[in-house]
Amino acid sequence: MTDTPPAPPRTEPARRPRQTTRDGRPAGPAAAAARKPPGDTRTRGRSWRDSPLRRATPWFFLAVPLALLITFTYVPVASMISYSFTDWDGVSPDRAFTGVDNYVQIFTRPELFRVFFVSGYYLAASALQIGVALYFATVLSFDLRFRNFFKGILFFPYLINGVAIGFVFLYFFQDGGTLDSVLAWLGVTADHPWLGDPTSANVSLAGVSVWRFTGLNFVLFLGAIQSIPGELYEAAQLDGAGKWKQFRHIIAPSIRPVLSLSIILAVSGSLSVFEIPYIMTGGATGTSTFVIQTVKLAFQFNKTGLASAAAVVLLAIILLITWIQRRLVPDDKVDLV
Amino acid sequence: MTPAPTTHRRRLPVGTALTYLSLLAATAVVLLPLVVVLLTSLKTSEEVSDGGALSLPGDWLNFRNYATAFTDGHMLAAFGNTAFILVFSVGGTVVIGSMTAYAVDRFDFRAKKLVMALFLVATLVPGVTTQVATFQVVNGFGLVDTRWAPILLYMGTDIVSVYVFLQFIRSIPRSLDEAARLDGANAFTIYRKIILPLLKPAIATVVIIKGITTYNDFYIPFLYMHSEDLGTISTSLFRFKGPFGAHWEAISAGAILVILPTLVVFLLLQRWIYNGFAQGATK
Repeated sequence: MTDTPPAPPRTEPARRPRQTTRDGRPAGPAAAAARKPPGDTRTRGRSWRDSPLRRATPWFFLAVPLALLITFTYVPVASMISYSFTDWDGVSPDRAFTGVDNYVQIFTRPELFRVFFVSGYYLAASALQIGVALYFATVLSFDLRFRNFFKGILFFPYLINGVAIGFVFLYFFQDGGTLDSVLAWLGVTADHPWLGDPTSANVSLAGVSVWRFTGLNFVLFLGAIQSIPGELYEAAQLDGAGKWKQFRHIIAPSIRPVLSLSIILAVSGSLSVFEIPYIMTGGATGTSTFVIQTVKLAFQFNKTGLASAAAVVLLAIILLITWIQRRLVPDDKVDLV
Repeated sequence: MTPAPTTHRRRLPVGTALTYLSLLAATAVVLLPLVVVLLTSLKTSEEVSDGGALSLPGDWLNFRNYATAFTDGHMLAAFGNTAFILVFSVGGTVVIGSMTAYAVDRFDFRAKKLVMALFLVATLVPGVTTQVATFQVVNGFGLVDTRWAPILLYMGTDIVSVYVFLQFIRSIPRSLDEAARLDGANAFTIYRKIILPLLKPAIATVVIIKGITTYNDFYIPFLYMHSEDLGTISTSLFRFKGPFGAHWEAISAGAILVILPTLVVFLLLQRWIYNGFAQGATK
């Protein structure tokens, strides 16, 4: 800041043409515009702007980012799609083209298909999570004592290392662990291995996911609610609107963009659960998820082809859901550009 | 940034007691599992096997489990590796994200729409799904089982930070660039001397989000760094459980060791963390 020279007034004319062209409107002297081929809106008033060096400048800045983006996002997506039509094992130099065989397997072999149902537990958990987060965000948007303390408590789990959370809750659900002890203290004897059967294990793991991720939704909702101007509430109160009406007519509409974002994150998150079940049960007792299964197929059983097909299916589902959300909520304020 | 919450000073509802009750219940749900693990980490092996989970440790200053976790869990190496990866990937993310934002916002060029679309579409591709194939790319570079694999992946696939920078760079007046250009500064000097210093708040946001997610990440180091001496705090803690499977006092100490730095950072940087994650997630 300090070494920036004060802007001399003569810079103004030089700046203006650029700003107008950014809006897509051809600007600048008509003579300059006439020199350009039709359709070229990058009209320039000065010749140095068109020098090859200047035109190359943005590419100096973009070269490395684009190279990384293409190498680590687009190349993998492309090669993943091509692997998915082969029986490649990930190591050997040769692979056979097997057509859609891998995709047929994913949708017909029940043990491969079953992982989709596990996502259902996490999806239900996400609904609970969004509800809880919304409740606490509403409550804490009012002026309460120890507000920052409660805000910190609710958010902190989101920041904790996933492996540590996994271990904390392994102990929590252990026989004679935290949960059993608390229940015993309340007079309930629960002689039940929490992670012992598929339903109970999945519910428990989904519960951990609620514990871990509610904080993020909560902070997003709280931010949205706090950006509502206070006069709105005052006006509503003068009109005799109660708390529920204030929520229904002031808070609810203003958090819609964040809510729709949270739902998208919840759905794609539920489909790509990995850490908590992998760390806590390793995918045993019916807790395997789509990503656990894919990782095991690819890196333990060397079925790169089949794993790629599974990943393509997951990617397609997530893209489809995002597309549906974009269509349903077109006036999304949480826009990407 | 959220405006000051003072605008919400209103009278408390009748159900205040219930409100506080629900908040206290939530506090208990959040803290109980953590506090029990903290207590367990201070117990001796006998205390853990004989007493219940809610019993208190006999000696509150029994840090022997921490010593076990620290040495047998190779935590020193793990913190070293994590710090190394953290510095390079966070630094790289800041440089790459700000350069991209600068190029896209400050220059008009033919393929700009295409470049933006490339970055935009990439946000929709969840990293977890593509690792099967990404692994082959990283393997092709011979980087599997080196610390550069996670560094490159964290740097190269962070599109959120590009958007954080892009949004911020738009608020920096272009007249500053133009003034410097007339004084003979080239594009790189402008980026280095004008844009980058003014991006400080955005850099803080990116450093916080990136720092915490990198510190916590398990998936990438788990897939790419198998060697024992290349453990990050996540993978080292994960591997520590193997030989200490039944020793909950040691595992608890390991978990607390990993959580503690996060807690310290959170207490010191609370406000920036809330804003950072709120901004990062809505991009």
